[in-house]
Amino acid sequence: MSPPKVSIIRTGTANTASVLNAFTKLGATPELTSDPKEVIEAQYVVLPGVGSFGAAMEELVANDLVDPIVQRANSGKPLLAICVGLQVLCTSSEESPKSIGLGIVDASITRFKNELPIPQLGWNTIEIKSGCNAARAYLTPGEAYFANSYRLECVPPGFNVAMSCYGSPFVAGFERNGLLACQFHPELSGRWGLELLESWLCQSGAMSC
Amino acid sequence: MLTRRIIPCLDVRDGRVVKGVQFSGLRDAGSPAELAQRYEAQGADELVMLDVSATPEGRQTQLETVRAIREVLFIPLTVGGGVRSVEQAQALLEAGADKVSMNTAAFERPQLITQIADRFGRQCTVVAIDAATNEQGSWEVVTLSGQNRTGVDAIEWARQCEQKGGGEILLTCWDRDGTQSGYELDLIKQVTQAVSIPIIASGGAANASHLNEAIDAGASAVLVASILHDGLTTVESLKTELRNMNVEVRL
Repeated sequence: MSPPKVSIIRTGTANTASVLNAFTKLGATPELTSDPKEVIEAQYVVLPGVGSFGAAMEELVANDLVDPIVQRANSGKPLLAICVGLQVLCTSSEESPKSIGLGIVDASITRFKNELPIPQLGWNTIEIKSGCNAARAYLTPGEAYFANSYRLECVPPGFNVAMSCYGSPFVAGFERNGLLACQFHPELSGRWGLELLESWLCQSGAMSC
Repeated sequence: MLTRRIIPCLDVRDGRVVKGVQFSGLRDAGSPAELAQRYEAQGADELVMLDVSATPEGRQTQLETVRAIREVLFIPLTVGGGVRSVEQAQALLEAGADKVSMNTAAFERPQLITQIADRFGRQCTVVAIDAATNEQGSWEVVTLSGQNRTGVDAIEWARQCEQKGGGEILLTCWDRDGTQSGYELDLIKQVTQAVSIPIIASGGAANASHLNEAIDAGASAVLVASILHDGLTTVESLKTELRNMNVEVRL
């Protein structure tokens, strides 16, 4: 069986080398793309993080990628969103009040409000709380690397969630069918992160493992 | 709970790790990628690579070194040493760095901090501050690898770095670097009180107690070099000791 192709959306500013390397390590063939058709049709698609919410949305709008990503997320096809990638799935963010998000998740992104250092930089605990909306497809308890000043406080119904805490609880990640969204960086979260990416590759698509 | 970070630092010259390795019992300790992989396996939370090449020819190997490390490393990588422009930062990020660290160039042109933060994000923008005590007993910024005493107050400069868009400060006490006599706690305390971005403490660590002191003083992370390269301890045993001192670490 040929190695799965992973299409990583070219964001112009994000450091994509770490994401590319992680998928290469897992035996996949990662490629950068900004082609709307490919974003709809590719086997696997990754939306990596960039500097700010507004900059990320501008780039998606400029490349006509807004509708393709929304279409893909709603179809249940494999889609991985990382860091700001998770945030732009929402409707808006305090970081860039004039920008409109993709609106796949009906929620707003807010800034951490506490006395702790911001940005949150480092490894934090991923918790899967018991309950009907607990993540069960990909996300597992562990420790993951975060680099963020803004966060999603809770996820609306319809998504399965993993939480973390920095001063107060926030959404570490969520999943729905083939969609996996991570506020942390799985590609920088050591072995645990690689296992998460592998689990997404295996379970979200047709790849046989 | 966010854990405190232990960050091994590789000083690289012409593609080889230089600090402390001459006394090491490790085989091939001079290969940056090999050391990077070893430290990740030991439980390092991130890695910093500082290019200390003296010549432009030496610097050209920098991107190759970053690529070689990235291929085997699955934790964050910060790269610094001679970063003077947005283009250079971009090349390092494309090669596999996750953050870039600026030092002398940021001091000479503080707008560089803003340019890099605007382009790549605050979380990607590290400012390295080297400080030394002066005759008045306060902290002064030194640049050009300690050769130039600037007369500028290090605490005030740290505040400016945050205002300009810096996301993290790599704080080195130049008086203590490589001495293994412990971190300069007064400097760490003053800077962490002055800014709200995370501080990485650097310069002078010999053992887990020194790391604990720096963390107690407010550091979010500690940089460790010689004692690891010389094989005197491992990241894992430092973390085990820190956990016994009730410091939250990832083990």
